[in-house]
Amino acid sequence: MDGDQVKAWEALCIEEQPPACSAACPLHVDARAMAEKMAAGDFTGAIALYARVVPFPAIVAHICEHPCETVCRRAEAGGAVRIGALERALVEEAYPTVRRSAQRARKPKAVAVVGAGLAGLTAAFDLVMKGHAVTVFEADAQPLDRLHRDYRPAVLPPSAIEADVGALIKLGVDIRCRQRIGGDASLSLDALIADHDAVLMASGPGPASAFAATLRLNASGRIEVDRETRATSHPKVFASGLHDGSEEGWSAIGSAADGRRAAGSIDRFLQGASLTASRGGEAAGSCLYVEVGSHAAMPPVEAADPAAGYGHAEAIAEAARCFPCHCLECVKACPYLAHYKTYPKRAVREIYNNDSIIMGNRKSNRMIDSCALCGLCETLCPNDLAMGEVCLDARRSMVERGHMPASHHDFALRDMAFSRSDEVAFIRHQPGHDRSAVLFFPGCQLPASAPRQVEAVYRHLSERLPGGVGFMLDCCGAPAHWSGRLALHREVLDHLRTVWEEQGRPRVVTACSTCLKQIGEFLPDIPVASLWTELVAVGLPDVVAPRPVAGPLAIHDPCTGRHAHAVQAAVRSIAASLGAEVRELTGAEKTTCCGYGGLASFANPEVGNAFVDRRIEESDDDYLAYCAMCRDNFARRGKRALHLIDLVFPDADDPAARPDPGFSGRRDNRQRLRRRLLRDLWGESMSDPVPIPLVMTDAVRADIERKLLLIDDIAEVIAEAERTGRALKDRASGHLTASGRIGTVTTWVEYQPTDAGFVVHRAYGHRMQVEVKP
Amino acid sequence: MTGVSGGIPVPDLICARCDKPLEMRKVEASYLGQTFPVELPCCPSCGFVYVSEDLAYGRMLKVEQALEDK
Ligand code: SF4
Ligand code: SF4
Ligand code: SF4
Ligand SMILES: [Zn+2]
Repeated sequence: MDGDQVKAWEALCIEEQPPACSAACPLHVDARAMAEKMAAGDFTGAIALYARVVPFPAIVAHICEHPCETVCRRAEAGGAVRIGALERALVEEAYPTVRRSAQRARKPKAVAVVGAGLAGLTAAFDLVMKGHAVTVFEADAQPLDRLHRDYRPAVLPPSAIEADVGALIKLGVDIRCRQRIGGDASLSLDALIADHDAVLMASGPGPASAFAATLRLNASGRIEVDRETRATSHPKVFASGLHDGSEEGWSAIGSAADGRRAAGSIDRFLQGASLTASRGGEAAGSCLYVEVGSHAAMPPVEAADPAAGYGHAEAIAEAARCFPCHCLECVKACPYLAHYKTYPKRAVREIYNNDSIIMGNRKSNRMIDSCALCGLCETLCPNDLAMGEVCLDARRSMVERGHMPASHHDFALRDMAFSRSDEVAFIRHQPGHDRSAVLFFPGCQLPASAPRQVEAVYRHLSERLPGGVGFMLDCCGAPAHWSGRLALHREVLDHLRTVWEEQGRPRVVTACSTCLKQIGEFLPDIPVASLWTELVAVGLPDVVAPRPVAGPLAIHDPCTGRHAHAVQAAVRSIAASLGAEVRELTGAEKTTCCGYGGLASFANPEVGNAFVDRRIEESDDDYLAYCAMCRDNFARRGKRALHLIDLVFPDADDPAARPDPGFSGRRDNRQRLRRRLLRDLWGESMSDPVPIPLVMTDAVRADIERKLLLIDDIAEVIAEAERTGRALKDRASGHLTASGRIGTVTTWVEYQPTDAGFVVHRAYGHRMQVEVKP
Repeated sequence: MTGVSGGIPVPDLICARCDKPLEMRKVEASYLGQTFPVELPCCPSCGFVYVSEDLAYGRMLKVEQALEDK
């Protein structure tokens, strides 16, 4: 995989963007995670998150100006989450649970902080947590003097200040009050610089002429400070942002963030690191996409006692109003992503890592092969990220280097090979014609599911279309494409083109939406149309008997026809003209895969079933599909479903009850269709093979299907055992057990010869080979 | 690789051709170019090796998948 392409894919997924609230918070409090914990009643966990970034939880929870609330996305659905009030409720309830311990620095440095305001003390906190020795020099009689003066006790109780300052002192910060620095004071800045490894000036704005000998001042006589790093002209001295007088207005949370930024620079300076390298900007925006419309409006919780703030239950209720903000539009809709409990940004990285591993286990092989390549994510994603492209690219890359387990796809590829073999595939001009204006290409799944109707379609098209309608039974190569086997795919395409040219380059009409897409995409010079648009053009067959439509039908479009608007319209108009009441599920654009797409159900049956089952839950109506695989998958999972062809060319009284033919039945249907058509339409002599009579219960049959074993293979194993006598015998039951290697699988059959035929009791398989050592 | 062995004794199974009860024998298992010895029930005279369904979808499948993802 190409690293740059992978980065581009990753960049499209914005799920890891911070939610608006934390992006707007100067300290980047993770209000989303905090609210989630609170909503779950975990106040201890929530305050731990809060106190991890907020140096003085008790103070800040009371006076923060909460810029987060101005941008909270909940505002669009009932009102912003009252994050400030939640924080206060947290502190009221869980403050005593806050635990902090400073790191032990290998080489502790001494730092002087001038000024015990919020900025200075935040810096002191950050630096003491990093293991440095911090001394704070304050000119006033007490730290945080301004807070005592500016806030009424009802807003900010003095006890909150005491608690936070007490905690800071406990961490080891030495706060010395009534200590003015500079001017005529006993302590000079130069002395501080001499005694400490770094100095932070955090005493607030104001003329700084006293320091003019040591620090460069700006035009207005204040300390010159670098906006980004808070560095001054003296390498050991830093100053909080307020010093240069350019800050518009004071805010509590802004001051704390200011101190933090300065402390960050001081720590870098003390470690000899760059002050600027990979430093986030101060005002980070967020482009996290949130589908606000899917949330019902809900007003904020009002505290019963506004002065006291939220009680426990009120806080939980308010916290639950946080959505929480996530994109995950694709994950919500895709059972594959949900199964792997991931989202594209993470998945792309994981897939790339799996692709690049040189030695060791590739843990994500199956995950890469489990995507249905259905394109739904791309349709839903605000940035059009197509996970299917990522997975297909990874498959190709891994297949090419021999790193993808062949077992994921070899059953499906064997089925494709069978469809392309002489046992199934054939091409003919219309009987009595030596050229074809049109070539009917039903695909391999409709002949496998509804062979009689394929014949009826062909007869109808031959009657209505002039110039000869040829018939071609073959495969479009989709399985090779989906499995990432480029060479095999190329081989199929080359074959199709050759045959098409030999036939005189006819216009192709296909009954399968996958064939339509494959031919359109990979053989663009072949003119191809859908059977459904063609039927609208030539008209439906005239029938006397009324068609079997009972009740409304919910229409399911195939994922490969997601963007085939003309086909979607034709299908709906055909169904309507036949008297069906058609209801929409998600609509065609947002349709889901039946699990066959991308060969998902072969690599991962659980994911494959999850696709169908989720779709089935959407409506109790019978489903109307126009892809044979979709229809058969619904049937297999117990959903009544019919194929549009069952309406146009009725063949059964209750087509929605038609069972899934299963893989063995599909092969059989294709073979029989070929023999019947060649015999009946082209008058060729065909001998029907004499089948080995097998008897099995439905349960055994379903078990064999689930294990991806074929009845043909089972019959072959039995025939071989009967011929050679090589089998095991169970003395108690008389059952015989035989095995045979077919392709890459050893198939075992437990059976019993009876008058009615061979009763198959069970079959199973494995890939590993076992032999007695020679 | 010892993970595959442990086919349980199968007292009732006999080789239909040789009419002999199966015995546990060391045999060679191989997959994706890797080979390793395992003990499985075999016919002592013709060497027919028996793999039970439990083994096939149990430990054998695990080993197959582990080798595939190597
Ligand atoms: S809804 Fe929640 S996550 Fe989203 S912005 Fe508001 S508080 Fe933050
Ligand atoms: S299965 Fe479909 S929706 Fe899910 S990731 Fe793959 S292409 Fe996207
Ligand atoms: S829809 Fe999915 S891929 Fe797109 S941004 Fe959202 S989470 Fe990421
Ligand atoms: Zn024997």
